[in-house]
Order: sequence, then structure tokens, then C-alpha cells
Amino acid sequence: MRPDSRIWSFVVPIAAVILALMIASIVILLIGKNPVVAYEALIKGAFGGRQAIADTIIKTTPLILTGLAVGFGFRAGVFNIGAEGQMIMGALIATVVGINLGGVPPVIAIPVTMLIGMLAGAGWAAIAGYLKAKTGAHEVVSTIMLNWIATYLSSYMVTEPLAVGSGTPKSPEIAESAKLPPLLTIGATEMTSGIIIAIVAAIIMYIILEKTTTGYEVKAAGFNPYAAEYGGISISKNITMSMAISGALAGLAGALEVMGVHHRFLGTLSGGKGFDGISVALIGQNHPIGIMFAAFLMASLRTGSNEMQFVGVPKHIIMIIQGIVIFLVAADRIVRTILIRKKKVRS
Amino acid sequence: MPPSLGGIELDKEYAVVMKGITKRFPGVLANDHVDLFVEKGEIHAIVGENGAGKTTLMNQLYGLLHPDEGEIYVFGKKVHFKGPREAIEHGIGMVHQHFMLVDNLTVAENVVLGSETKKGFLFDLNEARKVVKDLSEKYGLLVDVDAKIEDIPVGMQQRVEIIKTLYRGAEILILDEPTAVLTPQEAEELFEILRRLKKSGKTIIFISHKLNEVMEISDNVTVMRLGKVTGRLKTSETNPKEIARLMVGRDVVLRVEKESKEPGDVVFEVKDLWVKDNRGLDAVKGVSLKVRRGEIVGIAGVAGNGQTELVEAITGLRKVEKGKIIFDGIDVTGFSPRELRDMGMAHIPEDRLKYGLIVEYPAYYNLILGRHHRFPFSESNFLNKRFILKNAEDLFEEFDIRPRKPEMLGGNFSGGNQQKIVVARELSHEPKFMVISQPTRGLDVGAIEFIHKTILRMRARNVGILLISMELEEIFSLSDRILVIYEGEIMGETRPEETTFEKVGLMMAGHRLEEVER
Repeated sequence: MRPDSRIWSFVVPIAAVILALMIASIVILLIGKNPVVAYEALIKGAFGGRQAIADTIIKTTPLILTGLAVGFGFRAGVFNIGAEGQMIMGALIATVVGINLGGVPPVIAIPVTMLIGMLAGAGWAAIAGYLKAKTGAHEVVSTIMLNWIATYLSSYMVTEPLAVGSGTPKSPEIAESAKLPPLLTIGATEMTSGIIIAIVAAIIMYIILEKTTTGYEVKAAGFNPYAAEYGGISISKNITMSMAISGALAGLAGALEVMGVHHRFLGTLSGGKGFDGISVALIGQNHPIGIMFAAFLMASLRTGSNEMQFVGVPKHIIMIIQGIVIFLVAADRIVRTILIRKKKVRS
Repeated sequence: MPPSLGGIELDKEYAVVMKGITKRFPGVLANDHVDLFVEKGEIHAIVGENGAGKTTLMNQLYGLLHPDEGEIYVFGKKVHFKGPREAIEHGIGMVHQHFMLVDNLTVAENVVLGSETKKGFLFDLNEARKVVKDLSEKYGLLVDVDAKIEDIPVGMQQRVEIIKTLYRGAEILILDEPTAVLTPQEAEELFEILRRLKKSGKTIIFISHKLNEVMEISDNVTVMRLGKVTGRLKTSETNPKEIARLMVGRDVVLRVEKESKEPGDVVFEVKDLWVKDNRGLDAVKGVSLKVRRGEIVGIAGVAGNGQTELVEAITGLRKVEKGKIIFDGIDVTGFSPRELRDMGMAHIPEDRLKYGLIVEYPAYYNLILGRHHRFPFSESNFLNKRFILKNAEDLFEEFDIRPRKPEMLGGNFSGGNQQKIVVARELSHEPKFMVISQPTRGLDVGAIEFIHKTILRMRARNVGILLISMELEEIFSLSDRILVIYEGEIMGETRPEETTFEKVGLMMAGHRLEEVER
């Protein structure tokens, strides 16, 4: 098979998952448990019953969006480590606006809240993009710093000006009209219709990347900034724009968590989902379709791991699985890079 | 009894025997049962078009690649190199086209890097300096042992590379396109060195596509074409025309004929231009020049004398510190690359892999770069795949780009075809003025002929052309006027019919026209 063949993009992650499950089963054996029982529980936890499936899909939604955010950045040649902060900002600002949309009909309130969340994420990321374009400040460093600013700003907001009740710092609920209607209600679980928006976002990202002039320019700048600039593409404009688009996706993840799941801002709302976006993008090979499957895989592992815990296998096993999958997918890059390099050696 | 191969005895007479070497890359047969016989103590030239498989063959000899089929003998001994280290142990040294030196280390440090001289556990710099000095004197390879690589000229860097191989005990030296980066005088010096090395018993394999050099320096020639050996010749019994025919498979015009032509009005002008390099030092110092419609103005000079910065400033890629650029009657100083392109400026960049191509993009996308945002390739921000593919098909046909696979990634084409993609794209812009930088670097005679003819065709179509090249041959055969650049300044202006290689060579080394004429 040719090293740049498209089939690889599918084969490698699937093989990586299977191999990772096999390696993890050895670990499970070593701690004296039965891997078959453990995996049975895992599958049951993730897909056994409507409730489980709903939980998995709820967890999938933000991961698709943060995965898309990081993946889009990668395609454009920027390493957006700040999806976490952008997601927080998106959620926070969406909450602030959502609280105040009481008298507005849902047809307006829902899109406005969503859009505001996206804008907040975009703006937050664009700061890092602008700094990189103007001063060369590396986006990895500046987005990490922006993450902390977002984290503490949001903690302040829910402990002081927006705080309600006691216990976990939290904001008041957003207006009814700004809440996303659930797709399904199973007992106490409302399965958010955010999943549809996330899938639509993936499709839009695919279209932007593959079919539009913007996508042509973004990818060109990601592949080879020198050639892109030579071809009349403004690199500084592209960096800022790519970061903004990336941030908008992360911001949307935050807004949907508020509108569809928690209905308010909680201190623990992001919970590392922004960082998980990096893993999702890596496993999904930065491709919108791949990212959807990767997000689904990770969400399934997480929901399933609780059930696994009941049969006595620590849920951290899934961290091992996740780590191995990422390692193998990344290693595949190394292997392919070597293969392609070798090809270039001949003149 | 030594094994016999096709009547050739594998005794000590041969430094290198490669027999039936076959190397496949996905979709390409890079070496097809190639036989190579290099006698001990000779200078053996390997010539061939780009993609003919010369470098692939040498990379197998040097252990960088492994043959799929075939056998390699070094000094009569059958070898299987796992990597370059083993090749080096067997006395093989390679000087690559792009030097493998560490810029901020000294000459002596670079030579011993990887097998350092030691005193106990510590690096012994004095011993290294002594060793390098000895080698330098023994073979007449003049170098400054304490200078940093970044401060010495390219010619000396190359000598450092040669000393490096000798330090590692090389008996067989492979040089890949060694004169591509040198002035005529430096090339002459290199040939002197090679002759001296030969006299002291070293065997030299010399990859080149410059036929006059091959004729001057080599004892035997192996000609390759499309992965096969098409000729094995004694240099004294052949001529450039015969070699060129074996390389290309047909008769080649070695020097294109240029019809005389009256140039039109000035289309492009630069006035007192100052540009800084990446380190913030002045690289272009007050350059002024004019290009008329239908005229080729050649800029000759050794690499690194401000050409790159000049071209980047003209094409909007680098900031102009002082001075003016006037294009088509408009002051375009500070215009962006896109604005200049939209006005009708085209640019064939010197480094096609860095600037000219996006190797991860298929050829059809590369063929619209710079015009991708305009109709018909783009309509209200959506790419029009049908026109993009049609455009690619047309240009592949017109410029004979091979293989005829517009969907193939840019990086998978051979060097010559990559250059054709760049040239095809830039010419299809219907430019008024073109900046052409090193258009034939690393190309073979067939491709050079094609590119040269294309450039002259643009001249006939009244396009103003600024040609920057390190190949004097190219400057002389194409230019109407020649400017020589040295350390960011123009040393003088002349015409090819009024001057000689030697005079221009002296100007390239920093002498002004007045001094040279005297």
C-alpha cells in the first residue's frame, strides 16, 4: 500500500484501537481481572440501553466540537492548545447572554446565544492569532496563558457577580427560551439536540476545507507558509482567521454545554474537554469525519468505564487505552513520514 | 578465482562494481538493472537527466538506500551496507548537493563531528585543528580551520566537506553536482583539487549534468536515462553531443538561438533599492535597474550576494527599506504579492520546493496558486473544480508535464517536472513582467532546453524578464543585457556579445567593470 494512500487514514486508527484494547487487556490480566468481563461491562456501560446511549451521545457532542476546533487549527498550521479556554469563554458569555433573554422567543434566543458563544470563543482565540501574526509570539504559549485567564475569570464570575446557591460555584439558569430542546428524554436524562449541531459543524468544516477558496488558502498556509505567501495569501490574516474559526468551534462546544446539558455555567463545566479535543483531533487525523468517530470512541470509553468500575476494573484503564491509541496513531505519522522522506531522497 | 561478470574480472582494478542494481519506488522504477564499473584511481562521471536515477544509484552505494536486486562490490569485496556508517568504513565518502555542515561551528569542529578527536573523555580541539590542517596541506584543500562555517564562502564549505570525507578515510569520493554552487573560478579550483586527489590514488565519482565539465575532468562516463544505463564511454573518445543524445534520447540543442529584437518601453524599474536580510544586515545596497518589454536582463552573481533579497523585495515578499519599485508606470513599493500578481507580475522562484510548490497539494491545485481566488477557479468563495481540472489538463499537455497525472501530489513529481509545473503556472498568468530566478537549477539538458525556449518565447511575446542565475552559461545565452551583483551592489552592466566569461567572473568576485576592462 502506498504510504500516502487514503485508506491508511482509516486503517491505522482502527488498527490502533484494536491493538490498544489488546494491550490494555494484558494490563487487566496483570491486575488479576478478566478482560472479557471488563470489556463486556465497558460495552454495556456505553451502549447497554437507551440511557447509556444517551449518556454517550451527550459526552460525544462537546468532544466533536473541541476536536474540530483543534483539527481545523492543525490543518491551518496553528497548534491551538487553547480550546479549553475558548470553550470556557464561549460557555460563560453564552450564559451571561442566555440569562437575559427571558422575553425573547426561542427562534431568536437559541441562535443568538449560540452565536454569542461562538463569537466569544473566536475572539478569545483571535487574541493568540493576532499576537502570533504581529509579534511572532507562539500560539502554544499564548493559548495556554489565555486558558488560565479564562479559568480564573470564569471562577470569579460564578463565585462573585453571577453566583447563586451554595456548593459548587454556579450561575443562575439561563432563560427557558435559550435552552436547547432535548432530542429525547429518557427518565432524568435529556439527550441534547446539540449532537445535531455538532454534526452539522463537522459537515460545514468539511465543506470549508475541501470546497472553498478559504479552505484552499488555509490549508496552503498550513502546509507551506512560504509558498502560500508567494501565491498571494496573507499569512498574518490567515493565522488570525484560522485561530478565530478554531476558537468559534470551541466556543460553540461551551455554549451547547450550557444550553443543552447544564443550563447554567458551572465551575467544572469544561472539565478538560478542550484538552481532550487535541486527542480527538489526533485520533481523527484532523479530518471532520474522523473526528466525529474519534469523539464517539472517546465518549463511549468514558461512559463505559463507570460500568467497568462495578466489575472491579479501575476506570483509569481507559486512560491507558486512550494513550496507546494516540501513541500508535502518532507513531503511524512517524512511519509514514519516514517512508515519504525516503521517497524524496531519490532525485 | 574472482567471480566474473560479463567478461569483467572482479579484481582489484575496480574500486566500485554495481551489477544489476534495481530499485523500485511506489509507481517508479528508479534503477532498472543498472551496471556501474568504476576503475580504481579514475574520475568517473555519471550523467543523466533529472529523475534518471543517478542520485538513487549513489545513495545505494553510500548505504542510504538498499537495492531491491543486484550486487555491489567495493574493491572487489561484495558488500551489503545497512547504512552510511558501514559505507564510510569501507572507504566511501559522499559530498551531497546540499552541504551537511553546522553553521555556527568552526571548520575543524565540523570535520571531526561524529568521530571527534579525544583526549581522555574530552574533546581535543587542538588535535582536531592539527588533523584538519594536515589534510588541508596534503591535498591542497585551502581552508581556514578556525573560521565558522557561516562566515566562509561556499567554495570553502565544499572543501570542508571533502576534508570531512578524507578524515573518515575515504578512498572513493562521491560528489553530487559539486559545481552547482560555485563561480567559474571556484569550479576551476575544485577541478584542480580533484586532479590532485586522483594523483594521490583516490577514486572519484562525479555526478553532473554539465557536459563541458564532464568533458574536462572525467576519464570515463556512464550515461543514464530513465533508470537505465544508456552509455558507457571513454571521455577521450566521445563528445558532448553524443553524451547529450544518450541522456535525452534525441538530438539536443545545447545552446538556444536567440533572435535579435528591439525592446519596447520600460515596463519595470528599480531605483536605489535597499533591502535587509533575515539578520537585519543590508543585503541589497542601492540597486537600480530597468527592464523593457521584450527584453531579458540577466543578473549574474555568486549565490548569497543579495539576489534572494532583491527578488523577494521586487515580488512583495520582503520589506523595502529605501528606494522605489515602479511597475507598468505605477509606484508599487510596498505592494503585496497578491496585488503585484493581479497587476501582471509573475515569479519563478529560486527554491521551487520552498516557494514554488505546495508539495502536499495535487498538481492541479498547484497550477492555480496565486490565481486561485479569481474567476473561473473561484466563484463567490467556492472552488470550481471543473475549471481547475481543465486548466491542469491543458497545462500538462502544453508543457509536457509527466506523468500525466494532475491528481498526483506536487512532491511526487521529479525535479524537472516540478519546475515545469511552476513555469506552466506562472506563464499561464499572461504576465507583463516576470522575475525568473534560477530556472534550471538541478535540471537536465532536456528540461533546460525546454525552459530556455519557453523564456525566449515569452520575450518574443513582449514580456519584460529579469533573469537571476548563478549559471553563467544561462545568463550569456539568454540575456540582452547583463548586470553583475556582488555583495548587494551592481558591479557593472555589459552585453553578452561584448564581454567574456572571465570578465564577468571577475566582476562576480567583486571587481568593478572599470577595473575589469582596464
